[in-house]
Amino acid sequence: MIDSIYGAIALGLLYALMALGVYMTFRILNFPDLTVDGSFATGGGIAAVMITHGYHPALATLAAFAGGILAGMCTGLLHTKGKVNGLLAGILMMIALHSINLRIMGKPNVSIVNVDTLISPIVKPVGLFILVAGIGVLIVKLLLDVFLHTDTGLALRATGDNERMIRSFGANTDRTKILGVSLSNGLVAVSGALIAQQGGFADVTMGVGMIVIGLASVIIGEAIFGARSVFFATLAVVLGSIIYRIVVALALRVELLKASDLKLVTALIVIVALVVPYVRRVLKQRSVARKRSAELLSTAMPGKGGRS
Amino acid sequence: MLNLINATKLFNPGTPDEKIALINANLNIKPGDFITVIGSNGAGKSTLMNLISGVLKPDIGQVVVEGTEIQSMPEHKRSRWIGRVFQDPMAGTAPTMTIEENLTMAYKRGKPRGLAWGATAAKRKLFREQLSRIGIGLEDRMSAKVGLLSGGERQALSLLMATFTRPQILLLDEHTAALDPARAELITRLTQEIVREMNLTTLMVTHNMEQAIRLGNRLIMMDQGRIILDIPEERKSSLTVSQLLGEFERISGHQLSDDRIVLG
Repeated sequence: MIDSIYGAIALGLLYALMALGVYMTFRILNFPDLTVDGSFATGGGIAAVMITHGYHPALATLAAFAGGILAGMCTGLLHTKGKVNGLLAGILMMIALHSINLRIMGKPNVSIVNVDTLISPIVKPVGLFILVAGIGVLIVKLLLDVFLHTDTGLALRATGDNERMIRSFGANTDRTKILGVSLSNGLVAVSGALIAQQGGFADVTMGVGMIVIGLASVIIGEAIFGARSVFFATLAVVLGSIIYRIVVALALRVELLKASDLKLVTALIVIVALVVPYVRRVLKQRSVARKRSAELLSTAMPGKGGRS
Repeated sequence: MLNLINATKLFNPGTPDEKIALINANLNIKPGDFITVIGSNGAGKSTLMNLISGVLKPDIGQVVVEGTEIQSMPEHKRSRWIGRVFQDPMAGTAPTMTIEENLTMAYKRGKPRGLAWGATAAKRKLFREQLSRIGIGLEDRMSAKVGLLSGGERQALSLLMATFTRPQILLLDEHTAALDPARAELITRLTQEIVREMNLTTLMVTHNMEQAIRLGNRLIMMDQGRIILDIPEERKSSLTVSQLLGEFERISGHQLSDDRIVLG
């Protein structure tokens, strides 16, 4: 039980980079980018192939980052210059990447068992793994925070917030969108590369459903920890990714569920996380409106049922 | 300063809904001009602004700023010269970002954006001074998100953001129309002060006839995509609202029709 939770925390940290990528597109750019399912496997594939060819795993992970950036750039160009609908641009790239990933890997599954990877020196004990991975993710998170407070980062955030406004202050919003989607997919691909190294293989289907998992992490994190500033929002995303993995680990221990039910459970988590805050907001607004109306009525008509 | 030469713009060309938004418009804006623009619905006032700011590009004609033809330059590049305040108080600021972050972005108008930290201490000091000039207490709320401000406060901030970097041209597109009278008056007063102090060349579209006469040194009247009257300072100072409406009817042959018009 405890072991499976530690394992979940470790996995959550590796997937947190992917969740940060999804946070960048969904929340900051307000652009639902579905490239993620493809670029996650691209990252895993590039890393696995390079490691089997004897390259240093750090170099392989860096190459995965570059591959993800390239994939994101294509989606960004399709959307901004080709004026393709954002969802469609992502889906097109996701499909295209499936073939590209097979070309990169040469076969659907590349094994990297019994080879040195970035993960292998720290894989045991799990405490060490969590510590090292935690520090690594924290550094990426802080770098992202700093970036989002630079002049370029501010323009990127404003592009998702009020595109018209930031254009009137001279930012090229096509460029900020491409930059954001590229960086996002770079992070996703690094996450894929790390997951491949942790699992000992890259599979062409390893990215399926990633976008929903990333979204689940973002939403869970925001719901529990809040997102009052960029610093807390990215922290919430990392913690959301860990909590998601813990929830999954616990769900899998329930007798009724099979491992194949994982995607259904994920979808349900996202649905609950999306619907519950909405219902709560509506109910709250209604009660506030009633209360304020009653107050206004009682002040407007003193002596007519009002408490004065 | 800024010249519009034979600028023409059609909407939905070649379709049954074809509409002449602006036809053969010529306008010569001199440095320091503060021009108010009035006209009926669909007269082409917003099109005029959009051609200058680059939101729209003219089908025929030129837009020239300080000797450079800019009609095919994209909007974000023209921002170097042009400051804008929109009608919608929500349009000029980024709601999920703080006041100081919004000002930082405005500070970088027309300059390259790199990887330097945005809201530095030196810039925050400058922003605090600038915010205290508009006198509504925003200087003490610099790390508040702009989405928490009222419409009037947001519009005052938009006005400051559009002007404090001294744009060559300031475009105000009915920027008080969505506010209640008291707040509209505050923004009008601020506009007057800022334009005068910084000697900004300004083009202001308004529905308020009295305001159109009271503010600025030149008044332009538009109708059906044409600039039909250009009143210079000497005549404008003695003009009344009824004279203005009479003049409009005489030239255009119909009444100034506008569901939102305010006579003042």
